[in-house]
Amino acid sequence: MRIPILKLYEYLLITIQVELDDRTAIQFQEDLLDKIHETGAKGVVIDLTTVDMIDSYIAKILDDVVKMSALLGAKVVLTGIRPAVAITLIDLGINLKGVPTSLDLEKGLEKLQQELEG
Amino acid sequence: METQASVKIRNEWDIVQARQLGRELSKEMGFGQVDQARITTAISELARNIYLYAQNGEIDVEAFGKVGRIGLKIISTDQGPGISDIRLVMQDGYTTSGGLGAGLPGVKRLMDDFKIHSQEGRGTEIVAIKWLR
Ligand SMILES: Nc1ncnc2c1ncn2[C@@H]1O[C@H](COP(=O)(O)OP(=O)(O)OP(=O)(O)O)[C@@H](O)[C@H]1O
Ligand SMILES: [Mg+2]
Repeated sequence: MRIPILKLYEYLLITIQVELDDRTAIQFQEDLLDKIHETGAKGVVIDLTTVDMIDSYIAKILDDVVKMSALLGAKVVLTGIRPAVAITLIDLGINLKGVPTSLDLEKGLEKLQQELEG
Repeated sequence: METQASVKIRNEWDIVQARQLGRELSKEMGFGQVDQARITTAISELARNIYLYAQNGEIDVEAFGKVGRIGLKIISTDQGPGISDIRLVMQDGYTTSGGLGAGLPGVKRLMDDFKIHSQEGRGTEIVAIKWLR
């Protein structure tokens, strides 16, 4: 299974709408980096509104993808993290330090726009 | 109430199956959103540990009642290499696979009760319970 990556102006938008199994998550990581490279996108929003569970493995993949994207010159914002998911991440002792987040997709795009223009 | 289900863990897809069981049972039992997420996450951590360190094993989830209390119990069993130093693996950040080392200490915090039995060369059994408030 592959997660679709949409291009909108200089941004890439991803809405994760499937259950994230390990391989899909790894594939997504690769696909996103390829797409950043190919399009020269400067900003990426990954929307997690429908994701009901993030375990340590997926958290690590998300954290890594943010850092790898930065190396390619793209800023990633995670949006729509559910309250229940935020609570379980804290229980797991995972603080996605240095990972920019926003409440929803719209705010995520605004954040990118401010940072890229300002 | 007595509902029980199990999934054999042999590959990555089985981890997803095990999560699904936890999701369904916790919802059916009336756990709130946050506890549903806690239970599903705990199952995912235990199932992945089986897959990574023991290659195969089993996750059982069951609803059970005990003197006026209802709980959901997760049992993770494998016949893998076992864990020689349990105190060590329960430390945040300890990992032998380049992970975050968050799984086992995390499961303990996500759930209300947590017991681990392991014998080197024989395997590991972990039992974790979440009580329905
Ligand atoms: N079922 C098991 N059988 C044998 N060893 C195990 C088992 N589960 C965990 N371990 C050992 O305990 C260590 C800690 O496990 P834990 O789940 O806390 O972290 P991790 O799996 O290394 O990383 P993370 O879960 O954060 O991705 C593992 O690295 C592994 O060495
Ligand atoms: Mg683990």
